[in-house]
Amino acid sequence: MRGRSHETVKVAAEIVVPIAIVVVWELWARSADSQFWPPPSKIVQEFNDLWVFEQFRSDVVPSLMRILLGFGIGSAVGVAIGVPLGMSLWARKFAMPQIEYWRAMPPPALLPISVLLLHSIGNLQKVSFIAFFCIFPVLLNTIDGIRGLDPTLVDTARAYGIPAHERIRRIVLPAAFPQISAGMRISLSLAVIIMVVAEYFSSTSGVGYVLLISKNTFQLGPMWAAILLIGVIGYVLNLAYMLAERRMLAWHRGWRAATPQ
Amino acid sequence: MASATQEITAEDLHGPDPAVSATGTPRLTGFVVFVLSFAFALVFWQAVSVSGVVREQDLPSMTATMGELWGLVQTGSFWTAFLQTARGWAIGLGLATLLAVPIGIVLGLSDLAGRAFRVPVEFLRPIPSAALIPLLFLTLGPTLQSEVFLAAFGAFWPILVQTMYGVRDVDPVAIDTARSFGVPKRERLWRITLPSAVPYIATGMRIASAVALILAFTAELFMGTPGLGKLLNYAQSYGLTTQLYALALATGALGVGTHLLFTTVERRALRWHPSQRVEAV
Amino acid sequence: MLEISDVAKSYGSGGKVTHALRSISFSIAERELVCVVGPSGCGKTTLLKCIAGLMRPTRGEVVLHGKPVTAPPEEMAVVFQEYNRSLMPWSTVRNNVLLPLRHKKLSKDERTRLVEESLEAVGLTRFIDHYPWQLSGGMQQRVAIARALAYQPLILLMDEPFASVDAQTRGDLEDLVLRVRDEFGITILFVTHDIDESVYLSDRIVVLTHAPTVVKEVVRVELPSPRDQIATKELPEFATQRAYVYRLIKHDTTAPAPSTLVGEGLHD
Repeated sequence: MRGRSHETVKVAAEIVVPIAIVVVWELWARSADSQFWPPPSKIVQEFNDLWVFEQFRSDVVPSLMRILLGFGIGSAVGVAIGVPLGMSLWARKFAMPQIEYWRAMPPPALLPISVLLLHSIGNLQKVSFIAFFCIFPVLLNTIDGIRGLDPTLVDTARAYGIPAHERIRRIVLPAAFPQISAGMRISLSLAVIIMVVAEYFSSTSGVGYVLLISKNTFQLGPMWAAILLIGVIGYVLNLAYMLAERRMLAWHRGWRAATPQ
Repeated sequence: MASATQEITAEDLHGPDPAVSATGTPRLTGFVVFVLSFAFALVFWQAVSVSGVVREQDLPSMTATMGELWGLVQTGSFWTAFLQTARGWAIGLGLATLLAVPIGIVLGLSDLAGRAFRVPVEFLRPIPSAALIPLLFLTLGPTLQSEVFLAAFGAFWPILVQTMYGVRDVDPVAIDTARSFGVPKRERLWRITLPSAVPYIATGMRIASAVALILAFTAELFMGTPGLGKLLNYAQSYGLTTQLYALALATGALGVGTHLLFTTVERRALRWHPSQRVEAV
Repeated sequence: MLEISDVAKSYGSGGKVTHALRSISFSIAERELVCVVGPSGCGKTTLLKCIAGLMRPTRGEVVLHGKPVTAPPEEMAVVFQEYNRSLMPWSTVRNNVLLPLRHKKLSKDERTRLVEESLEAVGLTRFIDHYPWQLSGGMQQRVAIARALAYQPLILLMDEPFASVDAQTRGDLEDLVLRVRDEFGITILFVTHDIDESVYLSDRIVVLTHAPTVVKEVVRVELPSPRDQIATKELPEFATQRAYVYRLIKHDTTAPAPSTLVGEGLHD
């Protein structure tokens, strides 16, 4: 099946198939005329009406802020905890059972508790909730990255008597960064999902809130527009992260390419 | 645990982390530390609630919560809900696997098909399944079907992507060797490509398992489909705080159980292929 | 200057003990270049790590300038075999050489001067802002040497530094080591499995037995200085010395000792 198909056929397929899918969907939705399944053209129209600047500031911006803050704080905490755990076997032995428990906890199970403990459904509650769950992918990847530190590098640092804080800053963290970055990418996608769930559960603003309201008011147009927007946010954030990562890890690509592993 | 990049993992260099697996340390010490870790956390919790830093009505004491949990575990309705959540998870995951593996194999093997559907896949992947909850609520209602559909939809993508990677990542030298010995295409697929893709599929299922559980639970929490999520919602609505915490802990335990299950499966699958590098979604 | 006395290293406990080093004793004087050679697996790297303070010997002690070595001493620098794993791929050559200097009490100008001078001494001034992986293997090892030089050690330990480098580059690097010793007056302890290399470079050679390892003999190399890759290796003395060391390692003690050799036998 490794095709003898020509490159041109493949390129054509890449372009034609998505378009064909959209066209078929449009035609089917128009004929079915169900309020639940609007055609793509209508969805795009709703999207424009709703998000292209109408409710952008009131809902999209808060959601984005929560995602980014939650992601940022969670990642920072994940690295901060991950470094000492990565470096100390006994600390890890002690902490791992707890970590394994919390990382497996389905986030929605803690939603009511989060609201209860913080007495609010405002930004602090949202951000802290998102941040909590963003810790774990980064934490686990940080530990992995540090454990994978090359022993020769460790010996070099010891031979030259490099002090601990310099070692962590200039050797341990940069060496673990490719792995940490992979964890951060996972955390970012996680942040988007958790944001939606947290806002849907209890919020007065945000994309998840719009999703909820549209359900309650039986408005399918805004609902689909919200779904589309969430997909777009996830996609764009992931893309932006990958571009940033590409620049930050340029040395890593060069090194891997030049070094027989 | 497989690393999330194609790096040489710490496990390759140092062997499995003795902090995590049972192989690196004597069984007894490992077990003792395990127990101590949880004991410490529980004592800490009790200390916090006793000290009054957080109000009793917001954070019930550890002993009260454990008592409540113990009580719950003895009721039939708890276990019914527990099994309902497990059922939604299992069917959703199973359905996703049944669909994603064959489709993933096709898309992975055929460059034409893979490229043709690349854009639709990339477009649908980032949509968080949780966003479909209101839609499902309005169309299918708070039923098992909704829960299963949601779980399956979410679990589908990681398995699909990992299967595609796995099929594509076959060692070309192994394939060429087989071809030079005249091994027919079907057998090459069956004996080389698919076995070599198994670790990837195992990783995909580990990721998908977590996603499926979260979605099954979320469907229950938001839509009222029978299960632990519904119980949690109920406890919250009626201000049964202790029960709220107990249920959250029980849900966590279910999460750990399913995670352990698939981590073991993944590790077994990886053991056959010591040189595999596995990439997470 | 460096005194190694009765150093032993064992691994494991109870029934499963591995004696890597049984008893090693020798000394190195100022400005000497001493090579350590032995059959594969005799624990040369283990010995070097004990001397460098990276590993604690099970018995015995290492004394540098009268002070026992318990941790990597400041007067000592190490160059490892795997250059691509001892250099930081995320930093430029400049920053790699700079790293060990950062915690020394030096002004910023002095540090820059040291970095630039040491890179000039190894001939890599042009590549100061490159990344290590952009350079060839030999050049990367030169960066590692430059890093050691900038550190201004009194003694340099080198663990089979040229084993992963191609033969012709190896010749250039060997000459670099000799030049560095002359220019900077550093004492050098050089571990290698390459017998030709050891004879070419050394003032004295410490020949080890296989595990459990002891010093078989310390051979003084009587070859004229300065050494030259072609001229020195053309000398008949080179061949006889080389053969002598080779036979020592191969346990062939029946060959007569050539007249130009003086062996300081420290037999077990």
